[in-house]
Amino acid sequence: MASPAITAHGLAKVYRRFLHQNQFKTLKSALLTGSLLSDLRPDQTFTALDGVSFEVPRGCTFGVIGENGSGKSTLLKLLAGITKPTRGSLQVHGRVSALIELGAGFHPEISGRENVSINGIMLGLTKREVEQRFDEIVAFAELERFIDAPVKTYSSGMYMRLGFAVAIHVDPEVLLIDEVLAVGDEAFTRKCLDKIGEFRRRGKTIVLVSHSLGLVEKMCDELLWMRQGRKADQGDPKRVVDAYLTYVAGGEEALLRQPVQADAAALPPKTAPGEAGPDGGYREGRWGSRAVEITRVRLCDARGRERHVYVPGESLKIELDVRAERPVDDFVFGLGLFTADGVSVYGTNTHLEEWRARRLEGTARVALTLRDLRLVEGTYLLDVAVHQKDGTPYDYHRGLYSLRFKSRVKDVGVYRPEHGWSFSGGIELEPPVPRPELDLSEESGTEP
Amino acid sequence: MLQQLATLFRYRLLIQSLVGRELKARYRGSVLGFLWSFINPLLLMLTYGLVFTYVFPGVRSKTVEPYFLFLFCGILPWTWFQASIAEASGVLIAGGNLIKKVLFPAEVLPVVTVFSNLIHMLLAVPVMLFFLALAGRLTWSALLFPLPLAVQLVFTLGLALIFSALTVHFRDLRDILSHVLHLWFWGSPVLYFYGDIQGSFRTLLRLNPLSHVLVSYQQMLFAGSFDHWRGLALAGIVSCAVFVLGAFLFERLRDTLAEEV
Repeated sequence: MASPAITAHGLAKVYRRFLHQNQFKTLKSALLTGSLLSDLRPDQTFTALDGVSFEVPRGCTFGVIGENGSGKSTLLKLLAGITKPTRGSLQVHGRVSALIELGAGFHPEISGRENVSINGIMLGLTKREVEQRFDEIVAFAELERFIDAPVKTYSSGMYMRLGFAVAIHVDPEVLLIDEVLAVGDEAFTRKCLDKIGEFRRRGKTIVLVSHSLGLVEKMCDELLWMRQGRKADQGDPKRVVDAYLTYVAGGEEALLRQPVQADAAALPPKTAPGEAGPDGGYREGRWGSRAVEITRVRLCDARGRERHVYVPGESLKIELDVRAERPVDDFVFGLGLFTADGVSVYGTNTHLEEWRARRLEGTARVALTLRDLRLVEGTYLLDVAVHQKDGTPYDYHRGLYSLRFKSRVKDVGVYRPEHGWSFSGGIELEPPVPRPELDLSEESGTEP
Repeated sequence: MLQQLATLFRYRLLIQSLVGRELKARYRGSVLGFLWSFINPLLLMLTYGLVFTYVFPGVRSKTVEPYFLFLFCGILPWTWFQASIAEASGVLIAGGNLIKKVLFPAEVLPVVTVFSNLIHMLLAVPVMLFFLALAGRLTWSALLFPLPLAVQLVFTLGLALIFSALTVHFRDLRDILSHVLHLWFWGSPVLYFYGDIQGSFRTLLRLNPLSHVLVSYQQMLFAGSFDHWRGLALAGIVSCAVFVLGAFLFERLRDTLAEEV
C-alpha cells in the first residue's frame, strides 16, 4: 500500500488534575504575584496514553478495541486534533472528520436547515459545498419533513441522525468513528454501515473505535488492542479479538475467584439457617452444625487446573476438602448448580445416587466431575453441602461459588444439547465459518 | 497580532455564520424579536435619564443638554463592551462540547460574542442618529464614528480572549468580573461629562482606555466637533497591546482548554 494515512510514533498523553484546594491557592497567588502562567502547575498527572506507535495505511479500516479507560477515546481525540499529544509525533494526512459526538454544536433554537449549514462549515466545508450536499444530507437523515423545525423539537434519534448525516457528508480522507453506530434504529444503523462500507470501497481511511467485537472483526483490516494506555496487540482482526477475549476471560476469572474465598472465610461458623426466604428466593449463605466441615472448594478443569471461566463442552471437576470433628457414619455429599437468577440447572447427591455411607473420619477429599458440560454463556452459582440422610445439614454452602461460561455462539436458555441443522433442497444457507471456542486452558491463572 | 488576525480571517465564514446564528437564536420566540436590540439600550437610557433628571436633578452636569441624547452616545458602546465581556467569560464553558468533541478553533467563540453584540449595537445606531439629527446635532464629525469603534473592537476582542480563557481555569472570575464591570461602568464617562471631572479621579479616568473611546463618541456625535485625537490614539495603542496579550495568553492556554472545560 502507498504512504500511510496516519503515522503515530511514541504517542503519549498525560492529563493533569488540579486539586480544588490548590486551585484556590493558585488563583490567589496568581493575582498577588502576577505569575499566572507559571503557577498553572498540575498537582497530579494521569497517563491516558503511554508510548503508542502504529501506522494506518491509506485505505485501511483500522479498528481499536479495549476496555473502558484503556485510552481509546483519548487516542481518537489526538487523531482528530482536538487535543495535542504530550509526547511523541503524529501525522495525519488529509481532511479528517470525527464522528465522536454527533450533533455537537447544534443550536437548539434554530432550524435543522440552519444547523446543517453551520455544522457543515464547522466541519470544514465551504458555504457552496454545504449547499451542494444539503439535499443529500437531509435525505440521508430522513428528515425532509422536519428540516425547518427548530432542533430542540427533534427526538434524540433525529438529532443523532442529522449529526451523522452532516459528518459523513463532509467527505473526509480520514474518518474517525467512536462508538456512534449504536444510534438510531436497526434500519438507520444498517444505512450507516452501508455508508461506511462505501467509504471503504472508495479507498478512504477509517479508524473505528468500538466495543462491538463482531463489528470490528467483520469490518476492519487491522485491529489495535489498547490496554491501560499501551498497545497490547496489533494485527489481524480475528487473532487480536481472540487474544482480547481470552484476556477478558482471565479478568473475569480473577473477579470470580476472589469473592468465593472471601465469602466462605468471612462467614461466622454457625450462621443461622438462611433457608429460602418468605418470597422463596434464592439466598446465598452458609449454615449447618459443622460436625463435618467443608474447608475448601476448588473448581478445576480437565487438567486439574483451578479455573472459574469455561467454554461449553469442557469438563468441570468440583473438589471438596472436608474435615470431620468425630467419625460419622451418616453423611451425604451434595451439589447443585444454579443460574444467576436461581434456576436449578442440575442437582445431585450421593444419597440420591444410592451410595451408602459407611464412615468419614479426619480430613478427606471428595470430587465430582461433570463431563462435557454444555451450558450456554452466563454466570452460574454452585451449592455444595454435607448433610445427614434426613437432610440435617453439617455444612451447607449455598451459592458461595460462581463460575462463568463464555461462548462465541450467543444461543439462549441454560443447556446446549449437541445439535445439528439439516436442510432440504430449495433452502440455501451459507454455513457459518467454523470457529473453535476460545481455548482458556492455556491462559487461565495468569493475572491480567 | 497579524498572525492572529490572519487566523480570524481564515475562520471568517465560521464566525459569520455563528454570529448569524446567535442573532437569530437570541430573540427567537420573543414577540418583539429584533426590536429588543434597540429597546434594551433605550430602556436603560431612559432609566438613567429619569434618575438623573428627577431623582438626583442636581448631580448631573448642566453642560450636556439634552441629557438623554448625551446618554445615548455613551450607553450604546458601553452596553456592547459590557455584554461582550460578560458573555465571553462564560462562552468557552458553555461551548465545552464543541471544544472537547469537535476540532473547533476555540478562539472563534469569544470573537463571535463580541461581533454579535457589535451587530446589536449597530442595529440601534440608526435610532440614535435619528434622534441626534432631530435635535440638529449631527455634523460631519459623525463620519469619524468608525474610528473609536475600531479601537473599541480591538480592545474588547483582546479582553474577551483573556477572560474567556482564564475563566476556564478560574471559574471564580465570572462572578468577580460582573462586579468589576459594574465598577468600570461608574469609572467611565457614560453618565457624566468627562470635562466636568477634576482632580485625582480625572487621572483615573485618563488611565481608562474606554474613557477616551467614549469621549470620542460623545464629541463626534453629540458635540459635533472632535479634538480628542491624542487620547483616542493612545487608547488605540493600548488596545492593540491588550489584543496581543489576549492572543498570546489564549494561545498559551489553548491546549489546556479542551481538558479543563
